Amino acid sequence: MTTPAIRTETMTVNMGPQHPSTHGVLRLVLELDGETVLSAAPTIGYLHTGIEKTAEQKKWQQVIPLVERMDYLSAQSNSIAFCLSVEALLGIELPQRVRDIRILIAELQRINSHLVWLGTHGMEVGAVSVMLYCFRERELLLNINELLAGFRLFPSYIRVGGLREDLPRQFHETVRAFLDRMPVKLDEYEDLLTKNEIYVERTRNVGRVSRDDAIGYSLLGPIARAAGVDYDVRKVFPYLGYETYDFAVPVRTEGDAYARYLVRVAEMRESLKICRQALERITPTGAYAIDDPRITPPPKDRVYTEMEALIQHFLIYSQGFTVPPGEAYVPVEGPRGEQGFYVVSDGTNRPWRVKSRPPSLLACQALEKMIVGGLIADVVAVIGSIDVVMGDVDR
Amino acid sequence: MPHDALFASLAAAIPGVQFESAPSVDLHATAFIDRNEVPLVARALRDRPELAFDVLAEVTAADFWPREPRFELVYLLVSIGHRRRLRLKVRLYGNDAHVATVTGIWPGANWLEREVWDLFGIAFDGHPDPRRLLMPEDWEGYPLRKDYPVQIRKEAQVGEPLQVSAEEFRANVLKDRLTRQP
Repeated sequence: MTTPAIRTETMTVNMGPQHPSTHGVLRLVLELDGETVLSAAPTIGYLHTGIEKTAEQKKWQQVIPLVERMDYLSAQSNSIAFCLSVEALLGIELPQRVRDIRILIAELQRINSHLVWLGTHGMEVGAVSVMLYCFRERELLLNINELLAGFRLFPSYIRVGGLREDLPRQFHETVRAFLDRMPVKLDEYEDLLTKNEIYVERTRNVGRVSRDDAIGYSLLGPIARAAGVDYDVRKVFPYLGYETYDFAVPVRTEGDAYARYLVRVAEMRESLKICRQALERITPTGAYAIDDPRITPPPKDRVYTEMEALIQHFLIYSQGFTVPPGEAYVPVEGPRGEQGFYVVSDGTNRPWRVKSRPPSLLACQALEKMIVGGLIADVVAVIGSIDVVMGDVDR
Repeated sequence: MPHDALFASLAAAIPGVQFESAPSVDLHATAFIDRNEVPLVARALRDRPELAFDVLAEVTAADFWPREPRFELVYLLVSIGHRRRLRLKVRLYGNDAHVATVTGIWPGANWLEREVWDLFGIAFDGHPDPRRLLMPEDWEGYPLRKDYPVQIRKEAQVGEPLQVSAEEFRANVLKDRLTRQP
C-alpha cells in the first residue's frame, strides 16, 4: 500500500496595513511554513505626509507643532529635540530653570509613552486588564499637559529659547500627587505581568536580537539596552544638565521581548526619580525663556501697554526670527531611543532642511530579523515589544 | 578646535584620504570626504579600534539647489566605546548623484539609504534592495528636492481591482522582491 504524497507548500499571508496590533498602518508580508515564519517583508509609507517638506515652508517656531505630530506618543520629546538643535545653531544658553522644567517634561513624557506601550503590548498578548490600568495613570499625565498648556496630546509648550509661558498655578502639587501615586501603580502592573506565567511564556525568548545586531541596525534605545548595549544619550552625551541628576540606566542582556519589558518598567522608575529631583529644583515662578527680544515674545501685559513691546510682538509673530546659517543635530533620549533633528539653516527665518532621526523606523527595519524563524503567533508579541509608532516611521 | 585629536587619528588611520574639516556648533566633529572614498573610510571608521564608530545613527541629505554641487549627503556616526560622534559629509553633483552603499558595513543603512533615494533621488551603488521606501513605487520625482513643487495636483488613481486572484497576489509579492531566508 502506498501512502499518497502529502503536498507541502509555503503560504503567503498579508498582515496589515489594517490590523489591530500593527500600531497604525504597518504591513507585513509573511511567508509561512505551517506556523513558522520563513520570511517577512515590512512595507511602510502608508502614513507618509511629507512633514519634512512642509517644515521647509514654515517659520522656525511654526515647525514645533509639526514635529510634535511625528511621534505622536512623545510629542514633547520631539519638540525638545527640535528646539535643542535650533538653539545650538542660535548659540543660546538656556536659564537653569528652563532646563530643569524641560527635563521634568521629558521624563513625564517618557512615562506617558511607556504607559501606552505597556498597555497596548499587554493587551496584544492577552493581558487586557493592564491596558485599563495603564490608561488610568496616563490620563493623569494628559491632565498635567492640559494644565500646562491647555492641550493634552500636542501641547507645543516647548519653544525655541525656552517655554511658551510660566508654569501654571497648582503645577507642583499636581505633579507631586502623580509622582506619589505612581510607584505603587508600577508595582501593580508588575504584579500583573512580571511573574505572570502566561505573559512570561509569551515573551521570553521571543523576538531575540543580539548585541551585535542591535548595534548594526542602529537600535539605540530600550531595544538595544535590553540586548546589552549600555548606551543612553542622557549618560553618554548629556544635554540640558542630565549629568547633575542621579539616575541609573537599566540594561539587560537577554535581548528578548521580556527583557524589553523589564527595561522599560525599570526606566519608568528611574524617570520618576529624575522627576522628583527636577521638581525639587524648579521654583514655582521664575525665568521661563531667554531674555532676547529677537526670539522670545514679550509678556502680554507689556504688549498691551508699551509701544516697543507691541512692535516686538508683531515682528516675532509676523516674520519670526532668523537663524544663522549652519547645521546642527543634538541627540536626545526619547522614549523609543535616540532621537534628534538634523536641522540646516540658510540664515533666513525658515528652515532649509529638517530631518528627524526616527527610532521607530530603525526598529521596523530590524523587525524582520526578530520574527523570521519564530512562530506567527509571536509576531504580534514582537511588534508590540519594539514599540513602533507609525507616525514616527512614515512622517 | 576641540576635535583636533579625532582628526589627527583619522588622518593617521586612513592615510591618503583628504578630510576637509568643517565648522560645527554641536558635539559632532564634521568632515567632508570625496565620494569615491566612502567605502574605504566607512570600513576603517568601524573596524579600527582607535576609531570604533560602530553605530551609523543616520544617513540623510540636503539639497542646495540651484548651487552645484547641489547635494550634501550626511552620515552621523556614533562611537559608543569612545563616546564620540562624527558627521561625515559628501558633496554630490545633480547630474551625477550616486555613491557607494555602506549597507555591507552597517546593515542599518539599508532603509536609511532607501529613504534618501526615495526623497532625493541619490542612488546608492550596490544597494541590495534599491526601491522607494515611503512614497508609492510608481511615484514620479523626488519630493525633498528643492526644485520639486510643494503642492502638486495629482489625479486620484482608481481602477485597480481590490480583489486580486491568488496568482496576482503571489506575483505582486514576488515583485516586492521577497526572498526566502536560508
